[in-house]
Order: sequence, then structure tokens, then C-alpha cells
Amino acid sequence: MVKLMSDLKSQIIAQLNLQDVKPEEIGDDQPLFVDGLGLDSIDALELIVLLQQEYKIKLSNAEDGPKVFKTVRTMAEYIKAHQAQNA
Amino acid sequence: MNEPVFVAGIGAISAIGNNIAENLNALLSETTGIGKMTGLDSVHRDQLPVAEVKMDHQALASLAGLPEGISRTALLSAVAAREALGSAAIPGFGKLRSGFISANSVGGMDRTEKFFIPFMENNQRGRLRDVVHHECGTVTELVADKLGIKDQVTTISTACSSSANAIFFGARLIRNGLLDVVVAGGADSLTKFTLNGFNTLMILDSALCKPFDENRKGLNLGEGAGYVVLVSEKLAATLDQKPICRLSGYCNANDAYHQTASSPDGTGSFLAMSGALQKSGLNPADISYINLHGTGTQNNDIAEGTAIKRLFDPHYPPMSSTKAYTGHTLGGCGGLEAVYSILAIREGLIYPNLRLETPMKDLPFRVQTRLQRHAAVEHVLSNSFGFGGNCTSLIFSKA
Amino acid sequence: MTPATESYITATTVICRNKVIQNGREILNLPEEDLPGFLLAVYRNLEVQYPKFHKMDLLSKMGWLAAECLLDGSSLNQRVSPQRIGVVLSNANSSLDTDLKYFETTRVMASPALFVYTLPNIVTGEICIRHGFKGENAFFVQEEFDADLMQQYMSQLINNNILQAGICGWVDLLGQQYKTVLFLVEKEARGLAQPFNTANIIKNFTTENG
Repeated sequence: MVKLMSDLKSQIIAQLNLQDVKPEEIGDDQPLFVDGLGLDSIDALELIVLLQQEYKIKLSNAEDGPKVFKTVRTMAEYIKAHQAQNA
Repeated sequence: MNEPVFVAGIGAISAIGNNIAENLNALLSETTGIGKMTGLDSVHRDQLPVAEVKMDHQALASLAGLPEGISRTALLSAVAAREALGSAAIPGFGKLRSGFISANSVGGMDRTEKFFIPFMENNQRGRLRDVVHHECGTVTELVADKLGIKDQVTTISTACSSSANAIFFGARLIRNGLLDVVVAGGADSLTKFTLNGFNTLMILDSALCKPFDENRKGLNLGEGAGYVVLVSEKLAATLDQKPICRLSGYCNANDAYHQTASSPDGTGSFLAMSGALQKSGLNPADISYINLHGTGTQNNDIAEGTAIKRLFDPHYPPMSSTKAYTGHTLGGCGGLEAVYSILAIREGLIYPNLRLETPMKDLPFRVQTRLQRHAAVEHVLSNSFGFGGNCTSLIFSKA
Repeated sequence: MTPATESYITATTVICRNKVIQNGREILNLPEEDLPGFLLAVYRNLEVQYPKFHKMDLLSKMGWLAAECLLDGSSLNQRVSPQRIGVVLSNANSSLDTDLKYFETTRVMASPALFVYTLPNIVTGEICIRHGFKGENAFFVQEEFDADLMQQYMSQLINNNILQAGICGWVDLLGQQYKTVLFLVEKEARGLAQPFNTANIIKNFTTENG
């Protein structure tokens, strides 16, 4: 889980072009949207692309986005749950 | 305030008809043009309904009187612009100072896509310069040549408000005495590029769109073109036929909020609508009908509705989105919906907002669900809002 | 018609051939950099914090940077209401540079963030978002810069009191070919205080023949 969250932070930075942010600056439970990292609706769509490309997980319902992409931890939990399902 | 600008002719092509008469018939018979994809060759063929013009490329080229090798955007543009100019029947057109102000957002993307398939496999097989029709400007030039217009030809590309902007820019050129007559509007064709792009934004409805419905799921893309012929008061007085109506107000404003999303309170929409009212010297209560931008996305409809509430509460005019008929024609919609607004005045019509089941809970008003004939339509407000925060409202009034 | 000299060019910015020229004075020249590197260097040189800059496509980055330089020290926002400030831009290649890059991503997985920038007027939107400008916007696509059109469109807006100030000009990019020339046009004769006429527009546009 720790490794997954650390990977995710780097992947989020690369996918969303967060050039001025370092992985260690993103807290595991820090909100990603609005007041936290300041991500917006287009970033949410890019995170869907990230999930699909890196983890082969398809989030087809955009309405699940806010729940899944709340924090790095919620993303990691979602990935774990779905990898277990696929295995 | 300034000297008025009159509408002397109109032309349209869309999924509900290849000319004005066919479009009007479909509006009256409440027939939608949205359905299963047949022309566009896409992997989403069975999942995403679209509003295609019911003519293949060959037939369309023949109708437009242009070669088949050129972009569908140009063909649609030529068909509607020529109908508009023909219906205006202006004697001695060649001797007048004329302009063609046209808009589109995809340009010749349909041709570019054909070029790209071999190019993507092997980049030695294509060159960038082969994409000759790609630029939005080329589409306009082709059609201007066809119409014989030379004095002022330009292309506006501001996403989904493009052709509404073309119309008021055309009106300004007349008001300032620079031109006597302007053909203004816009066109866009359906392409895989826009379909896939809107699909990645997750704002396409996999069923028929339901603008201003509580359970709306997104938009359906469409294609088409709409043009108006604008003339000066002086020229209008010399014409045999009475002008259809006049363009009495217009305004453009920027929402300054997000690249694609509208601000929650619809700041840009509010500024555009109130600015157009101010320009026309009318009060909100004078508006007989609003042709909504009403795309069917969560974001647009609540932002537009909130702005309408702020401006019109508590007396709401009838309003509807005709995108439930035509889909969202992007760079063409401002022109197409201007034409429908003008027809509403000419024919005394209030169009229904097709397929509305549940009115939006957060809005205190309801959109029109039934066709109304013989209505006293004096002033129509037409909204067109685009990505990049570009918001435009036009007002057409009885001549 | 109202005379053309009722408004003034109060500032200019040119970005081309790896240079930034502000009000006729070269402020940056980085011949070694490729375009993305050059634009990043210009951003760093401005010493502003705007994380969304890194998410923009190259066309928006270039237009946005030029607007930053153009407005630098103008205190425009303190003097003029944002609803009275507009942006009117033009170019030859629309958003083709980004269209092609977006096309590339569709091979693997289409990028929503890139698709957003496949419209030329997103750059006007980025400038408006940054500075809160809510006035009239337009974007023209044509083969060559049309100084007459710019002059006509902008002075119309200012002379008729629709706007009090505005940014207009050219923001064009395709591959390694690029050129941006922006003008700040105002009712008052401040800054450069050049009469806003076609001759002055052309003079500034051709300062640096890129």
C-alpha cells in the first residue's frame, strides 16, 4: 500500500503536469481537488486515463470520480480492490 | 440606438432537413434528427447517437455544386449560405459592398482524418502540407468564392459561440457603413476527432439528449450550418420583399472561469444576455421566447438556467433548446439557432423542448414542452455559449 | 465613422525567434532552447506562481506569457473594470499544433486535457481567467495578419464604449514556427501612447521579422 501510494503520487504529477509539486509534498490523505491540490474536472478525467493506462482499471461512470479520487489513499484502495477482483 | 440591421434571407441545413422548408417541417412535426450513426465511420457507431445531415458526401457535394474532394464543413456551409443569399433575392448583388463572415470550429478535420490513417502507420506517407483544407479559414474562402463575395471575408473560431459572433460582427460592419450586405453564420461537420474528444470529456449521452431535464446525461453531437443575410436599412428599403426581422441586440462576454466548464452562477451567460437586452433597449419582460444554448450537459444547463433566473425572475418567457432536434452542431449552432429564432418570429412559433420528463429541481421555471402555433413572437433571445468562456446572446425583433 | 485615433497602443509584446520584446525593448533572448524550453524559461523569468501554466498547450502558454509581459506594470486591473476589458486575437494555424498532438494520443488513449486545447480561442479564455477579463472576445483565423481588421474591430469596441481597454493581436504556432504580437489598446494615451492606427500596428508587428 505504501509503495502503491508513492507510485501514484509520481504518476499523478506526471499525468497532470504538476511541475512545481514534488511527490513528498502530497499527503496520503490530502484532498486532491479544490482546496487541496487544486485539481479540476479535466484533471479528474486525466486520472481516469491514468487508472486505465497504468492499472488497466476502467472507471466508466464519471460520477464515481469524486469518491475514488478524493485522496491518494482512496485511489490506492480502489486500485487494490479492483486488482483483487481481477486476479 | 444605431441604425437598424435587417435580416433579408435565411438558409439552413441540419439533421432535420437540407433546407429551410424541411427544417421548419421537422420543427412543426416534432421530429428529431438524432439517431444511430450511419455516415461517420467510428467505433462508437452503436453506442453514441448523433445528428447527421441525411446525405452522403457525394450527394452533398453535388447539392453544394462543389468538388467531392473538399471538406464536408465547406459543403454544409455552401449549401446553407447559398440558400440564404438566394432567399434574400437582392438585385444587383455583385455591385454592392458585400461580406462573408463565417464560423467553424473543426475546419477540414474530416479530410485531415482521412489523410491521417495512412500517415499514422508510416509518417513517410503523408506530409503536413497535404492537409490543405484543415484550416478553418480555408473553408470560408472556398464558400466565399462560390458565392462571389470578395469585399470582406473572414473566419471566426470561438468554439460553440462562433457563428453567433459571426452574425453580430456582420451587423457591425453594416452599422458602421463598411458594407451593404453580409452573409453571416457558420457550419461544422461531424468528425471522429470531435466525437472522441467529447467522449473523453464524458459529456456525451448514450441515449437521445434531454436538455434542461433533471436527469440529463450529456449532449449528442450534430452537424449542420445556418446563415442569415444582413442588410442595411437603406438597402432593405429598395428590396421588393419586406425584411423578415431585424437584429436588435447582441453581446459577447467572457465567463473567465475555466477552459471548458461554465461558472456555477453563469456569469458569462448573464453578462451576454443582459448586455444584449441593454443594446436592444428592451426589458426582460419584452422577450417572447428564448432559444436556449441548452446542450444537455449537467454543467451548461444549470449555469445557463441560473443566469436566466437572475435576469428574468419572476416572469419567465417561454423557452426551449432546439438541440433536442439537431444535436449540438458546435461552430454551426449559433447560426442554425439564429435561423430558428427568426422562423419563430416569421411563423409565430414557440418550439417544444423535446423529451423533457422531469424539470430541473434547482430551477424555479419550466421549459416549453409543447409546440405553440400562432404565438405573438415579437422579440427572441438566442443564446450560444462556448468553450474558452465565450458567451454570446443575440436578439431578433419583428421588423 | 469615428476617427481611428481615439484610442492608443499603450504597450506591446512580441514573442518570436526565442526572444521576448516588451515595448520595443528586448528583455529575453534564449537562442539555445527549443520552444517548450524557451516558454518555460520565460515563465520562470516572470517569477509568478501559476501552476495551471504547466497544463496549457504551447499556443496558450505563448499567448498567456505574452499577456503577462504586456500587462506588466500597466495596473490595468486597478484602473478599468474587468467587464470593460476584452481580448481579440487571430492566427493562421488555429489550434493545429495541438490537434496533431491530440491525434497522437488517440493511438493509445485520447487525452481529455489535450482535447480541451484543440480550439484556438482557449488562449483568449486562459488570458481572461488569469486577469478576470469579462469583456468581448473574438478569435479570427486567416492566412495572414490583418492589421486593418484588428484596427477596425478594436476601435469599434472602444469608440462605442463597449470596452475601455483590450488586448489584440496575433498568436500563431505550428511545429517550430511561431510568432506572437500583442497590443494593449486603451482610450487614454498612456505608456507607449502610439495612436492605434494600421500603420502603427504594422510597424510593431514587423519589428522583429520572425
